[in-house]
Amino acid sequence: MNFFEFFTSFQESLIYINFFKILNALDQTLLLLLASLPIGFILSLIFALGRVSKNKLLSKPIEYYIFVVRGTPLLVQIYLIYFGLASVKAIRDSFLWIILKEPFWCGVLALTLNTVAYGSEIFRGGIQAVSQGQIESGRSLGFTRIGLLRKIIFPIAFRQVLPTYGNELILMVKATSLISLTTYMEMTGVARRIMAVTWAPVEAFMAAGILYLFLNFLMVQFIKYLEWKYNPHLRISN
Amino acid sequence: MFKFEKLIFGDLGWGDELLLAMLMTIAVSICSMGLGIFIAIFAAWAKLTISKILNFIASFYTTVVRGVPELLVIYLIFFGGSSIVMKIAKVFGYNGYIELNAFSISVVAIGLISATYSTEVLRAAFLSINKGQIEAAKTLGLSKFQIFYKILVPQVLRHALPGLGNVWQVTLKDTSLISVTGLVEIMRQARIASNVEHSPLTFLITAACLYLFLTTFSGKFFNFLERQSNKGFVQTS
Repeated sequence: MNFFEFFTSFQESLIYINFFKILNALDQTLLLLLASLPIGFILSLIFALGRVSKNKLLSKPIEYYIFVVRGTPLLVQIYLIYFGLASVKAIRDSFLWIILKEPFWCGVLALTLNTVAYGSEIFRGGIQAVSQGQIESGRSLGFTRIGLLRKIIFPIAFRQVLPTYGNELILMVKATSLISLTTYMEMTGVARRIMAVTWAPVEAFMAAGILYLFLNFLMVQFIKYLEWKYNPHLRISN
Repeated sequence: MFKFEKLIFGDLGWGDELLLAMLMTIAVSICSMGLGIFIAIFAAWAKLTISKILNFIASFYTTVVRGVPELLVIYLIFFGGSSIVMKIAKVFGYNGYIELNAFSISVVAIGLISATYSTEVLRAAFLSINKGQIEAAKTLGLSKFQIFYKILVPQVLRHALPGLGNVWQVTLKDTSLISVTGLVEIMRQARIASNVEHSPLTFLITAACLYLFLTTFSGKFFNFLERQSNKGFVQTS
């Protein structure tokens, strides 16, 4: 078998065909991520600040929210939003139904709620790790509260939490596969459909697995780049 | 809305079914956690040896399984598992049809996922043990098994306990995914009940409460174990 024959037989192989079918659904997975990660990031920061605030009315509800979301599986949260909320008539009649009837927005909502709970715990650790001396010296230099947050606390905290938050981002990439259970056709959903048609599970799921690995590889590179960018003092100068 | 009367025990409600489903969740979690630690011992050992091939195999396994969604691993093992087993059986001359039951498939799938996390925990715990202790044990003439059993295991367990607690929480939550295999655990039972009673909110909130109960109390149990194992050590930080 020469190279050309091998190449054509590979082109006809099921895993190769499946790969491109699943690649078509990559944009659905990316859309989920692009919608939920930025919102999740900003809300995590806000919630982390609320969590460390001295105001009990602010910090206690956030604490309970984090406790409940981190203590239950993501699948329960997705089902609660997709099936649970849809069964309430008041919601079906309200303006919320425009968003909640779409599996996509249900998925975005579930993923965001989930990542905010984990993310705000991570950011809280980072914010509390900023040493008191730095905050005091910032104050004595006449920083306002916002300036203190923006110029001193967030940069130091962000640097500190980047590896952990990167882990959370990778978990989020993996979590998007669960949205397929709400009939939303992203990569896992398409792989599942291919499996139902061809009854060749290994080829279908391996093709999807390769794509997820690739996506996670890109995510790791992105986090590495951020770590390089925000740690200029650790770079080896040449 | 929330129907409390559907949660009573007996024929009229789903209380006893949900309780049994919770026991199933606990059984699957414990079995897969055990399997995971068993695999992780070998994987961690393979990562720590000087053999390049073993290193590669172990890192390949942990990277791939951690880089792929859990749902995909479960689908692959659930739908592809019996065909793989049949192919292996063919090599040994058995041509019949083999069907694996949902419980063992679930335990294998969740165990393989949980093992990747346990591997890192055990590896880090092993690295935190002072090399001098192993050398001292060798000087005292302990055999390899004795070093493993009397020197390494107690200390690795103590160092690994917080990490293993985290892995346990993740494993417990991952078992909700095996509802796709048809095994009747909390998630599956909640879906069945909500389809019958047309009240998803009731049963999904109940399922969430059951999971919350399990994670909270197992977290408390792990805290207790940590306190026990740290007796006699000065607490830093």
